[in-house]
Amino acid sequence: MADHGMDPTAPLKGEPTKKVKRKLARETRTQVISFVLMIFLTSLAFISIASDAIPASFAMPFILLLATIQVVLQLYVFMHLNERGNGWANVMIWSAVIIAIPTVASLMLLLGIVKW
Amino acid sequence: MSHAKAQSKSVLWDWLTTVDHKKVGILYLAAGAFFFALGGLEAILMRIQLMFPEFTFLPAQTFNELLTMHGTTMIFLAAMPLLFGLMNYIVPLQIGARDVAFPFLNALGFWLFLFGGILLNVSWFAGGAPDAGWTAYVPLSSESPGTGIDYYVLGLQISGAGTLIGGINFLVTIINMRAPGMSMMRMPLFTWSTFVASMLILFAFPALTIGLLLLMLERIFGATYFAVDFGGNVIIWQHLFWIFGHPEVYILVLPAFGIFSEIISTFSKKRLFGYSAMVFATLIIGFLGFMVWAHHMFTVGMGPVANSIFAVATMAIAVPTGIKIFNWLLTLWGGRIQFTTANLFALGFIPSFVMGGVTGVMLATSAANYQFHDTYFVVAHFHYVIIGGVVLGLFAGAFYWWPRIFGYKLNETLGKIFFWMFLFGFHLTFFVQHFLGLIGMPRRVASFLGGQGLDEMNLISTIGAFFMGVAFILFVVNIFVSMKNKETTGDPWDGRTLEWTIPSPTPEYNFAQTPLVRDVDALWYEKYEGDGKMKAAEPLGDIHMPNGSFLPFIISLGLFIASFGFIYHLWALAIAGMVVVFGAMFVRSVKEDHGYHIPKEDILNAKGGK
Repeated sequence: MADHGMDPTAPLKGEPTKKVKRKLARETRTQVISFVLMIFLTSLAFISIASDAIPASFAMPFILLLATIQVVLQLYVFMHLNERGNGWANVMIWSAVIIAIPTVASLMLLLGIVKW
Repeated sequence: MSHAKAQSKSVLWDWLTTVDHKKVGILYLAAGAFFFALGGLEAILMRIQLMFPEFTFLPAQTFNELLTMHGTTMIFLAAMPLLFGLMNYIVPLQIGARDVAFPFLNALGFWLFLFGGILLNVSWFAGGAPDAGWTAYVPLSSESPGTGIDYYVLGLQISGAGTLIGGINFLVTIINMRAPGMSMMRMPLFTWSTFVASMLILFAFPALTIGLLLLMLERIFGATYFAVDFGGNVIIWQHLFWIFGHPEVYILVLPAFGIFSEIISTFSKKRLFGYSAMVFATLIIGFLGFMVWAHHMFTVGMGPVANSIFAVATMAIAVPTGIKIFNWLLTLWGGRIQFTTANLFALGFIPSFVMGGVTGVMLATSAANYQFHDTYFVVAHFHYVIIGGVVLGLFAGAFYWWPRIFGYKLNETLGKIFFWMFLFGFHLTFFVQHFLGLIGMPRRVASFLGGQGLDEMNLISTIGAFFMGVAFILFVVNIFVSMKNKETTGDPWDGRTLEWTIPSPTPEYNFAQTPLVRDVDALWYEKYEGDGKMKAAEPLGDIHMPNGSFLPFIISLGLFIASFGFIYHLWALAIAGMVVVFGAMFVRSVKEDHGYHIPKEDILNAKGGK
C-alpha cells in the first residue's frame, strides 16, 4: 500500500501516451464546442429579454429551457459527470430530478386559486 | 492514539465518544426503546381518558398535548431510531464492511436525534407540550399560544438533521463499502430496503426542514407565510408536511419489509422467492411514495381532477406491495417453517398489514374519503399499517438479531407469550376503531357523549391497549431474565447472510478478513457449496480504526442550548449555543485525526491463534 501514498496534487512527470493525448485532445474539443454553445445560449437568453419584439410570455419559459440545457452541459462537460465512476452520482441526481419535477409542478398547480 | 489507549477508556466516556457503528446502533436502540415506552404511556393515558363517555381522567388540554406528543414521539423518536439502530448494527455486517462510511457523522446523527428528542420532551416541564397534533397544521400551530409548538419546531429540526445525516451515511456506506463480490443484486433485502429508505430520507426530509423553518420564522420572527390576512396561504404547510410525511411512512415500513424478508427466508430454510421482484417492488414503492402526498388532503378542496389523480396513484402502490406479500407467501410455501418468535411476528405481520393496506385503498377512494376523513377509521388504518408493519417488524428484528447485537438469545417461551398478547391487544384496540370511525367518532377528541353507540367499542379498545402495555412489560422482563442464555456460536438461527459469519460477541473490527461473496445469501452458499466458512478476500493484516470523538455530543449540545435561546428569544443564549456548534465543527476541521491500527497479532489472538 506504500506506493499509494503519493501526493495526488503533484504535477505529472514525463510524456503522456498517444492514447492519453488523443483523449485530452478530444476532451479539449468537446469543452471548446460546449463553451461556444453556452455563450451562444446565453446571448439567446439576453436577446430574448433585450429585444422588444419577443413577448415576456415567451421569453420566460424559453430562458428556463435554456437554463436547463446549460445546467446539463455544465454538469456533463465541465463537471465530468459523463466520465466513468460517476454512475451513482448520475443515479442520485436524476432520481432527485424525476421526483422533484412532478412534485414541484403539481404543488404549483395545487397552491393556486384554480380548482382542478 | 494507540490501540491500548483506545481500550482503556471508562465505560461512560467510551459510550459518549464512540463512533463504532455497533455501539451507535445500540445507543439508537436504547434511546428509541425509551421513547417507545414514553409514547406508549402517552397512548395508554389517552385510552384511559376515552374508556368511558365524558370521563374526567385528563383535562382536554393535556389530552391534546398527549395526542400530539404520542404521534410525534412514536414516529420521530421511537420508530425511526429503533430502525436506525438495527440498520446501524446490521447493514455494515450484511455487506461485509468494518464500519459505516462516515463513523463520525454516524455518531453526530445519533446525538442530534437524542438532543432533539430531549428538547421536545422538555416542553412538558416548560409550560406545556405541543398541542396541535403531530401534523401541526397551521394556523392552529402558528397561532397557538405558549411555547409548546416552538419546542416541536426546534426539536424536530434538530432530530431531523440527525436523520438526514444518518440517511446519507447509509447511502454512501451501501454504495461504496460492499465486500468483494457483493453486487447490488446480491445484497440482502434488509440492506436493499435500508438503501431505498435512505434515498427517501434524502429526498423527503428537506421538505420537512423547509416547512419547519417557515413555521419557525412565522412563530419566532413574525413572518407571514401562513397568515391569510397578510396574503399568506395555510395550505402551503399541509403540502410541505405531507410531501415529507407520506414518504416518511415508507421510510418506516420499507426497512420493516426488509426485516421480514430476512426472517421469513431464514425460518423457511428457503431463498427469498422472487428476489429481483422484491427489489424492484421496493424501488417502485419508494418512487410512488413521493407521488401520493395529497391523498392526505382530499377534503381540502383541491378539486376533482387533482383528487382523482392522487387517488389512482395511491391505489397503484397496492400493486408493488401485493407483489411483496405474495413473494413472502411463496417463500413460506413448501419451506421447512420454524415457528420461532421472530418468525411468529413475521407471520402475524402478513394478515395484519394486509388489513391496513385494504383500508388504505378504501381511504384512497377520494369520494369515500370525505366520509372517513378525520374519523377513527383513519386512526385504525394507520395504526394497522404502523403497528402491523413497523412495530411487528421491530419486534421481529429484535428477536432475530438480539443474539448478534447483545450476545444472548431472548427467551422463546416468554417471547411467544409476548407475541400472542401483543397481537391480541393490538387487534382488540384497533379493529373496533374502524367501526367507531364509520359510525362517526372523530379523531383527536378528548371525550365523547354516552348513548351514541360509542361506549362499548371505546371500552374494548382501551382494554386492548392495556394488553399491549402488559405485553411490552413482558418484553422488557424477557430482556433481563434471558441475559444468562449466552450465545457463543455466532450463528444461532442457521443464518444465510454475512452478519452470521462473525463470532459472538462481535469484534469491534467486525471482519478479521473482508469476506468474498459468491452468491445471494452468501453464508448459505458457503454452507452448501463450500466448507461453511466465508472465503477471505484479503490477507490478514493490521486493521485501521477511527478514533472516538466527543465532538458529536458537543455539536448537538450546542444546538440544544441555542434552541432555548430561540424559544425564549434570549439571543445571547442562541449565539452562545451556535458558537459552541461552530467551534466544535472548526475543531473537527482543523484537528488531524488519523485513527489507529489494531495490530495483526491481536486479531490472530481473538481468532484463537488460527
